[in-house]
Amino acid sequence: MVNKTATANKGSAAQGVLLKDMQVSRGMRIFRVFNLVFLLLVVFLTVYPFLNIIAQSFSSEGFINAGQVNLFPMGFNTETYKLILADSTFWNNYGNTVLYTVVATGISMVLTTSFAYAIAKKDLKGRSLFIGLAVFTMFFNGGLIPNYVLISSLGMRDSIWAVVLPNAISVFNLLIMKSFFENMPRELEEAASIDGLTQYGILFRVVLPLSKAIMATMVLFYAVANWNSWFQAFLYLDNPDLFPVTIYLRNMIAGVTTAGSAGGTAENVGQIAANIQSVTIVLTVIPILCVYPFVQKYFFSGVMLGSVKE
Amino acid sequence: MALRLDVPPKVVPGTEASTTKKRRDKPGSWKLAIKRDWRLYTLLALPLLYLLIFRYLPMAGNVIAFRQFQPGGSIFGEKWVGLKYITLFINDPSFWQAFQNTIILGVLTLVFCFPMPIIFALMLNELRSQKFKKFVQTVAYLPHFMSVVIIAGMILQNFSMTGTVNQIAESLFGTTVNFTQDPGWFRPMYISSEVWQTMGWGAILYLAALTRVDESLYEAARIDGANRWQQTWHVTLPAIRPTIITLLILNIGTFMAVGFEKILLIYNPLNFATSDVISTYLYRVGLESSNFSYAAAIGMFESVIGLTLILSANAVSKRLAGTSLW
Repeated sequence: MVNKTATANKGSAAQGVLLKDMQVSRGMRIFRVFNLVFLLLVVFLTVYPFLNIIAQSFSSEGFINAGQVNLFPMGFNTETYKLILADSTFWNNYGNTVLYTVVATGISMVLTTSFAYAIAKKDLKGRSLFIGLAVFTMFFNGGLIPNYVLISSLGMRDSIWAVVLPNAISVFNLLIMKSFFENMPRELEEAASIDGLTQYGILFRVVLPLSKAIMATMVLFYAVANWNSWFQAFLYLDNPDLFPVTIYLRNMIAGVTTAGSAGGTAENVGQIAANIQSVTIVLTVIPILCVYPFVQKYFFSGVMLGSVKE
Repeated sequence: MALRLDVPPKVVPGTEASTTKKRRDKPGSWKLAIKRDWRLYTLLALPLLYLLIFRYLPMAGNVIAFRQFQPGGSIFGEKWVGLKYITLFINDPSFWQAFQNTIILGVLTLVFCFPMPIIFALMLNELRSQKFKKFVQTVAYLPHFMSVVIIAGMILQNFSMTGTVNQIAESLFGTTVNFTQDPGWFRPMYISSEVWQTMGWGAILYLAALTRVDESLYEAARIDGANRWQQTWHVTLPAIRPTIITLLILNIGTFMAVGFEKILLIYNPLNFATSDVISTYLYRVGLESSNFSYAAAIGMFESVIGLTLILSANAVSKRLAGTSLW
């Protein structure tokens, strides 16, 4: 960037500036090399744990137990994959994750959109109060125990509702959406209202069709959060048939599920024990890795939407 | 920053309404507002009901910290017991152990995890190749999209006796360490994984702020003879200062809640001496030993400290830096 502007300035800039730029250029070059190395290191360190887990998941027990697996699989072996992929609980739990994600995201979108649309109306009476009620929950919450007691007494334990309802509105998403609606040109709505549309009509026929981009971003935000969530399910679900796949993995990591209980036989129990966790991690991470390249730019634009306006 | 803009404008009740034509006759009356905007209020009904049930009822439920609670009984408890549970935790050494661990982990998080995204964003900003920048960003955001369960699994694998960290330790020092169980290693393990997890995505707001720095400021600085480093120090950093302060306040606000879910997944009784924090302690007291009231008292203490921290951080920053969340 410096160089580009420096050359552009060549004609007009004072001689001293040019000199200065040339003087620092050696230090600058060293810095650039250092910067590049540092950032490449960041890339490597970020990716490494993923590569390591994949390598472990395809390695055989001898190499794993000897601590020899790092970047590449050693003694290629898919025994554990076969076991997990044949486990009906695993598939059932995967299905639950999909179900919970879809239902929870749907509920969240309905609640967040209607809330955001209403509080984006600057002349709505009581608006500050409603916004305040939402924002306050960002900084103060009831805490684990009162929440647990509440969900239990509502009879939601061991049901999908305990997973999909308690975190239905993310105030952060709400605020992003609200500022999006606030930025919509007022003339649009005024024209629609002169045409005789009610506030419902304006929302459904004018505002929402113009908000596809933000809606898509919000769906992604909620869907990823729901896909990844585990704690609600961990707290409130006792029936293994209702577990999402994150709990399947959690039980593996916590040692609740062992090679034996997962269906390992005498011949392969050692192999299963050695990499059952890596295999499960890989299998749960795959869907996210597949969509990640396509969705990450929407996340970025979502965050920008929330922050740019000032 | 995102929050800052969403602060409700301070309106004197009634005045805003009087500016609208339709409401001129009876400014600010609820009757008129409902008549005009009833459709908007119906849209608000469900979200407000949600907030009431799932956010404000639990807040009120904290009252069981002062009342005897019977599982299966009223969520507000049975009868008043005064400060019984408060004095209980004040005299509980395990609580103070957890309290101390929380403070230490919170401070370490602020010291190591807070500045990293700023440095990372500044370094990305120095890159000339936009393609390479995009690539680094895309990779660095990845951990943010992983479930904490997956992160925990990776931490435990990488720090296990046969994991990568021990492979390195063995080749460098000829010895292995039981990182996941040794209390002395919990903090480095937690903080390093936290940096790994948050550095990339944490930079995103800074990068957004950096794109808005006025290019002519750099030009002016160059004409004044500022070198690259001085430009960063005198132009770039002041430009992103409001973002830094806003995020610092938010970070201070979550100080007490240090990575509860992650710790719950990676700690174990062998390293409780350093790994047990207030939230995990109250989880065990409340949900594993069913001392609901006692755990609620601890939880309330934690939330109140959290709220106090964010309010004071906000007030201090408002006075000293002129930047605040509201």
